[in-house]
Amino acid sequence: MTSPTTIHERLSPKTESETLTGAEIVVRALRDEGVEFVFGYPGGAVLYIYDALDKQEAVQHVLVRHEQAAVHAADAYSRVTGKVGVALVTSGPGATNAVTGIATAYMDSVPLVVISGQVPVALIGNDAFQEVDTVGITRPCTKHNFLVKDVKDLASTLKTAFYLAATGRPGPVLVDIPKDVTGKQCAYHYPDKISLRSYKPTVKGHPGQVRKAMQMIASAQRPIFYTGGGVILGNASEELRKLVRSLNVPITHTLMGLGAYPASDPQFVGMLGMHGTYEANMAVQHCDVLVALGARFDDRVTGNLAKFAPHAKIVHVDVDPSSISKNVRVDVPIVGDLQQVLTEMNQVLDELDALNDPHAMQAWWAQIAEWRKRDCLHYQQDEQIIKPQFVVQKLFELTGGDAIVTSDVGQHQMWAAQFYGFDKPRRWVNSGGLGTMGFGLPAAMGAQVAEPDATVLCITGDGSIQMNIQELSTCQQYKLPLKVACLNNHYLGMVRQWQEFFYEDRYAMSYVDALPDFVKLAEAYGHIGLRADTPADVEPVIREALRLKDRMVFMDFRVDAKENVYPMVPAGAALSDMILV
Amino acid sequence: MRHIISILLENEAGALSRVAGLFSARGYNIEAMTVAPTHDASISRMTVATRGSEEIMEQVLKQLNKLVEVIRVHDLSEGPHIERELMLIKVHAVGPDREEVKRLSDIFRGRIIDVTDRSYTIELTGPGDKLDAFIHALDPGMVIEVVRSGASAISRGAKAI
Repeated sequence: MTSPTTIHERLSPKTESETLTGAEIVVRALRDEGVEFVFGYPGGAVLYIYDALDKQEAVQHVLVRHEQAAVHAADAYSRVTGKVGVALVTSGPGATNAVTGIATAYMDSVPLVVISGQVPVALIGNDAFQEVDTVGITRPCTKHNFLVKDVKDLASTLKTAFYLAATGRPGPVLVDIPKDVTGKQCAYHYPDKISLRSYKPTVKGHPGQVRKAMQMIASAQRPIFYTGGGVILGNASEELRKLVRSLNVPITHTLMGLGAYPASDPQFVGMLGMHGTYEANMAVQHCDVLVALGARFDDRVTGNLAKFAPHAKIVHVDVDPSSISKNVRVDVPIVGDLQQVLTEMNQVLDELDALNDPHAMQAWWAQIAEWRKRDCLHYQQDEQIIKPQFVVQKLFELTGGDAIVTSDVGQHQMWAAQFYGFDKPRRWVNSGGLGTMGFGLPAAMGAQVAEPDATVLCITGDGSIQMNIQELSTCQQYKLPLKVACLNNHYLGMVRQWQEFFYEDRYAMSYVDALPDFVKLAEAYGHIGLRADTPADVEPVIREALRLKDRMVFMDFRVDAKENVYPMVPAGAALSDMILV
Repeated sequence: MRHIISILLENEAGALSRVAGLFSARGYNIEAMTVAPTHDASISRMTVATRGSEEIMEQVLKQLNKLVEVIRVHDLSEGPHIERELMLIKVHAVGPDREEVKRLSDIFRGRIIDVTDRSYTIELTGPGDKLDAFIHALDPGMVIEVVRSGASAISRGAKAI
């Protein structure tokens, strides 16, 4: 099929500028960028690119079953590895299917390069077959995007795309390439560096502000750290741990921030927000200094803004200036890269004369211990019906807390966040910002591709899993041994919970009738299906699934249909107004 | 409060939509928006007239700065600046009105740039409220059509933004 003297040779680095086709330039640029995996789906407008991919081995392609899954998989690959994820889709429906994935990555600031095919330049605007205005559609949900109309601009545009995706506040960048551009030839030169006059992200924190922040923190009586996804994206966990331990302060994480500080450490008070722990929410509401790091005061975190952390002076560190003072007024804003700024904060800490008043800190910790006694995540597991929390707790115990966990969106997502304690960053992969159902399974694929030897768990529900169930076929093709744990309650559980609390038990369209037999479905795709009907089944099912190391296993847990996620702060209420068990 | 924002941005396809899209997506108000290349053909300058509280304006400026193609953003309302708008207005001019319109145009330092036996087209430059005043000075029935450029503005003094 491949003539051994053609592209293999042309794609190997021999001379400075060889003549390549646009398609070969794309593949070569990916290789020069160090990309190992591309997740994608072919179609007319990207056939030249697929042809070029097929003739080399450096860049491997993972064929998904739906473009949305390609982007989610690339997204999870990035979240797990810290590298830029890459997805490749065709024009028209390929691009529109990718939009949900792109918007998901955009909301969670995940660095991606999405390459989409486009109709030939001469046909653009003609309502051609499989034509859509991809750059127009994706403009509001990408960090930036490009339409490359000239093959001469292709290499430098791809370089710029990778640079933009990974620097500053990361995000997805889309490069739309018309088919004829991929067929035309041009000398290949991949730039080493890109400098844009209009794009200069701030990296270093302002020294005066850092000092001011540290003084404010060290003189606090009731300080708390509140950190988000930015600490994980910025690879700043080590620096965070050092600072938080030196200060002996309590720390809470957002949903996106889990794993930055070890969940097993006593200084960690759990997640905050709508389904945060009682102690975390109470501590935030009563603190006198709130240190927000790589977090954005999202409405799911703050509850009623007017009543949020009413006694607190706020320090806010973020790489994105527009995140600062967007929702709450900040006393000490610091713009900069989290790793850099935390390093600076640790340095200033060493120079400070005095740390927090030990008596005040003792009283603060005693107060937190009181709140902890409320045991807000308590649930009762009887012998008849499986509690979903119990499943997650068992998954945690039997994987030693060391799995990579992906989730979909809903109750199971919250239980996973509450009951699977993450001690390391980049082990918890979920759609926090956009809340995309259907994220979990393709995300697990991307995570497993990134770490073939890791235990990858997709904690999902009977609603979410069906939004990208076709990917079971991809798992089979690539022998991805990930484990799906479906908390099957026959409901769109979170919708049902809101209907119970706020719509007087009218369960409009939240009951999922006619569910498939997930065990048989898994088997139909060539996988193993296991079912747990009673609490006694849970542990044996998980053990069996984990024993089957090289097989994809679908665990169907028939859980309590009426269980709710607690605590819960109703939308618009103050963070301290929690509905408790 | 009304703000006049000057934006220097790369003169590239899509840059204008990015700015316009930002305003609509985030629900910011646009009163007027003008854009054209500067003396450096690679850079366009956009002037946006908008309204909003201090907090909103802070976000508007930050969000604009965040756009990859935006080189510089400046709120001219923070300092002394000059604002001008061009209006072309076509009015009925027959009988005694002909002389009256001419006089009014002179008072506002307008220039009649096209004439027919039934109409005048007047060119008028100034701050927006002067153009408003001219329209109000005319009998509403006399106006045939109006085209306004939207505000262009520049800071006072020797420095660029």
